[in-house]
Amino acid sequence: MTSVFSPPGFNFSNQSRNDFIAEKGIPMPKATSTGTTIVGCLFADGIVLGADTRATEGDIVADKNCEKIHYITESIRCCGAGTAADTEFTTALISSNMELHALSTGRKPRVVTAMTMLKQMLFRHHGNIGAALVLGGVDATGPHLFTVAPHGSTDKLPYVTMGSGSLAAMAVFESSWKPNMSRDDALQLVKDAISAGIFNDLGSGSNVDACIITASHTEMLRNVEMPNQRVEKERQYRFARGTTAWKSEEIRKLVVSEEVILLAGGDEMDTT
Amino acid sequence: MSIMDQNGGSVIAMVGKDCVAIASDLRLGNEALAVSSNFQKIFPITDRIYLGLPGLATDVTTLKERFRFRVNMYTIKEEREIEPETFAHLVSSTLYEHRFGPYYVEPVMAGISKTPSGGFKPFIAATDLIGCLNYAKDFVVAGTASSKLYGVAEGLWEPDLEPEDLFETISQTIMNALDRDAYSGWGCIVHVLTKDKVITRTLKARMD
Repeated sequence: MTSVFSPPGFNFSNQSRNDFIAEKGIPMPKATSTGTTIVGCLFADGIVLGADTRATEGDIVADKNCEKIHYITESIRCCGAGTAADTEFTTALISSNMELHALSTGRKPRVVTAMTMLKQMLFRHHGNIGAALVLGGVDATGPHLFTVAPHGSTDKLPYVTMGSGSLAAMAVFESSWKPNMSRDDALQLVKDAISAGIFNDLGSGSNVDACIITASHTEMLRNVEMPNQRVEKERQYRFARGTTAWKSEEIRKLVVSEEVILLAGGDEMDTT
Repeated sequence: MSIMDQNGGSVIAMVGKDCVAIASDLRLGNEALAVSSNFQKIFPITDRIYLGLPGLATDVTTLKERFRFRVNMYTIKEEREIEPETFAHLVSSTLYEHRFGPYYVEPVMAGISKTPSGGFKPFIAATDLIGCLNYAKDFVVAGTASSKLYGVAEGLWEPDLEPEDLFETISQTIMNALDRDAYSGWGCIVHVLTKDKVITRTLKARMD
């Protein structure tokens, strides 16, 4: 019997059909990927995360201003590179598991907990979930910064980069990162690293997003830098009404608001 | 050739001033051979949500029924109509459930959502074949003509178009893009959604 509820986990019902199609030599269609430059760095009182905002589908820019810094908990955030759907759903799943974990332990969850959940999930899927992540946050044990690769391996470093623009961004970190930087210097360094990705890597582009996490609070800086704003159109390209010829028309009127009018009295409540 | 191009077809959605529009072609083909000139790939989900499903026709038909089922279940359980944002996530998670054996479709949604203050807000979104959501404030495209649609829409779209102007812009965008795509065409249909009505028009388009 068909159940109303689907069981948890992935559904493989289309696999045999799709394998058959693949066997005929027809290539698998491309999913949206975030070509991406994502970075993170440690500074005096916490972590700064950074990301560009381009999403690509092959050689087409699918989204010019997407969000790649995902919410895990209030003081833990995660940047995602790789297959866009995978980074989105993996971080969302870990985020809800972290909330449940916080509720059941009654403590603020730690960054290592999120990191362990992510790496175990990715390792379980043998790299088939194409999520390359930069995880950062501040907890009771101080600031922590990790990278998580699609196969589940992790690194703990003071400054990290991931994605196709990782080399460009790492070049900036390698030349300018210093221990115990101020908040402003760290933010500037992250902006420079992401900008290096945006301008030198074709898979990255558009704007800079940043997130500053300290013990006391988290500041999400959406589009802190917008170096690629489109200039305003100098001419309007509107068509005169009636330009397009059409063959048939159907108009469906919708109810926007209803008013109930009582026709006769006598049903009112007795308030005497 | 990709399996996404087997049957052909394209969809585009655009935002206007307190309105949205969604348009598609009407072709169903088997590679280069045209089979039907009245294959609908845009489906009304509620009065204020329309869903376009370009891609492999067998999956278009399967998924439209699947979404109908899931939206009906939602309506019964919640005792209210689904909002476009919620529906977008329903589409997204339905497709991601099939991450390792996907349906070959790239959904495009257009809707008008109700704000808590009683106002109406235009909403458009698209996902890839495994459900990665793409919200846009201007337009979204999908299908065999997507690369052409991106180009034309990027040039023609402008903010705050009134419903009648939006109709002209989306119609001209899809018709001109489709003329350069061999796998889409054979007629067009356009839906313009406003807060109080839905205007559906079939366009006089090239039939080659």
